[in-house]
Amino acid sequence: MSKVKVARKSTRIDMTAMSDVTVLLLTFFMLTSTFVKKEPVMVATPASVSEIKIPETNILQILIDPAGKVFMSLDKQSDMVNVLQAVGGEYGVEFTEKQISKFKLLPTFGVPIKDMKTFLDMKPEEQDKVLKDYGIPTDSVDNQFKIWVKNARKTNSDLRIAIKADKNTPYAVIKKVMTSLQDLRENRYNLITALKNS
Amino acid sequence: MAEIQSNEGGGKKKGGSKQKKISVHVDFTPMVDMNMLLITFFMLCTSLNKPQTMELSMPSNDKNITKDQQSEVKASKALTILLDKNNKVYYFAGQPDYKNYNSLKELSYDAKSQNSIRSLLVMRNQDAVSKIQLLKQQKLELKISQDTFTAQVARIKNGKNTPVVIIKATDAATYENVIDVLDEMQICNIGKYVIDNITKDDKLLIEGKQTNGASTQGAAK
Repeated sequence: MSKVKVARKSTRIDMTAMSDVTVLLLTFFMLTSTFVKKEPVMVATPASVSEIKIPETNILQILIDPAGKVFMSLDKQSDMVNVLQAVGGEYGVEFTEKQISKFKLLPTFGVPIKDMKTFLDMKPEEQDKVLKDYGIPTDSVDNQFKIWVKNARKTNSDLRIAIKADKNTPYAVIKKVMTSLQDLRENRYNLITALKNS
Repeated sequence: MAEIQSNEGGGKKKGGSKQKKISVHVDFTPMVDMNMLLITFFMLCTSLNKPQTMELSMPSNDKNITKDQQSEVKASKALTILLDKNNKVYYFAGQPDYKNYNSLKELSYDAKSQNSIRSLLVMRNQDAVSKIQLLKQQKLELKISQDTFTAQVARIKNGKNTPVVIIKATDAATYENVIDVLDEMQICNIGKYVIDNITKDDKLLIEGKQTNGASTQGAAK
């Protein structure tokens, strides 16, 4: 009665193939995806059949939330600085070096110009909290939105305007934005939509 | 945990050389771990699909435009779509008849419904739609190139007999309504459409339609 000797096998698996696969997947994700930009308000874009992709650079995105607050974002930091200084100049607001460098890093901005200085002095976490309560004024009396767009156009003439609005936004708000743009002779722009899956 | 295993038996094949053959096995497990982490990060923090856009050209509201730069629309070809709150859509063809609220017809966004915007527009734009269908078929069979296809489509869309759609939205209509209607323009191959501001008379007309004439007196004046 001899005991059956079980041969000791090493349980080591060769991970090289696995590593190959993961590297491939990683490359795929890095090449095809784009980073999600931090936006102060959640916006559900309406669906459409349009299949035109939005260009990646030189975009001035106008974000409109259901309550009618307007935010803007620019994709180039150098443009952001120039626009801030130009708009500040029009309203007689001067910014310090530190405030400008902080503004440069903002993904989205949308603060009335009189509150801009205090806003820029806040910590990033506080900024995120309060930004959604602000929004650029678009009233006909105090149309700061128009000034922002005008100066953005002045700094970068290749800029394309893209409007991203929530599907439940009342048309009155959109109309205000559109007439402001029309007054600036910005008659061509893009409306950001999601793909309709029908 | 990279390990280097020295293979003792390897040296025997070649009689002369005493050099040991070293096979190098690197353990890839940590590498896989790291890659998996990176993949998870990319999956969570990025979005795969780029958003779609719709290109829109608005009319210039410059008051200095001369008469010949303005385009006049034949009343028989004009179609006005009015968007109201609660997803209501109305339309009238040609000149508005503010005295008669029954000239306003109700429409529906739902493409499957009997009186949808789509069925109306396709009916009005029958000629262009069928021509573009034909072109699409030809393109599928690779008889024509993409360039000629787009050129032909643009020519058909701006043809003489295509309808001109005027979209007017009340303040209470939602942005989705506007996009939906613009979408229908694309589906129904309408080349000439414009978003216009709603007038007081239009609003009264809708009101008259909704209340069955209680306020049409005001509109008639």
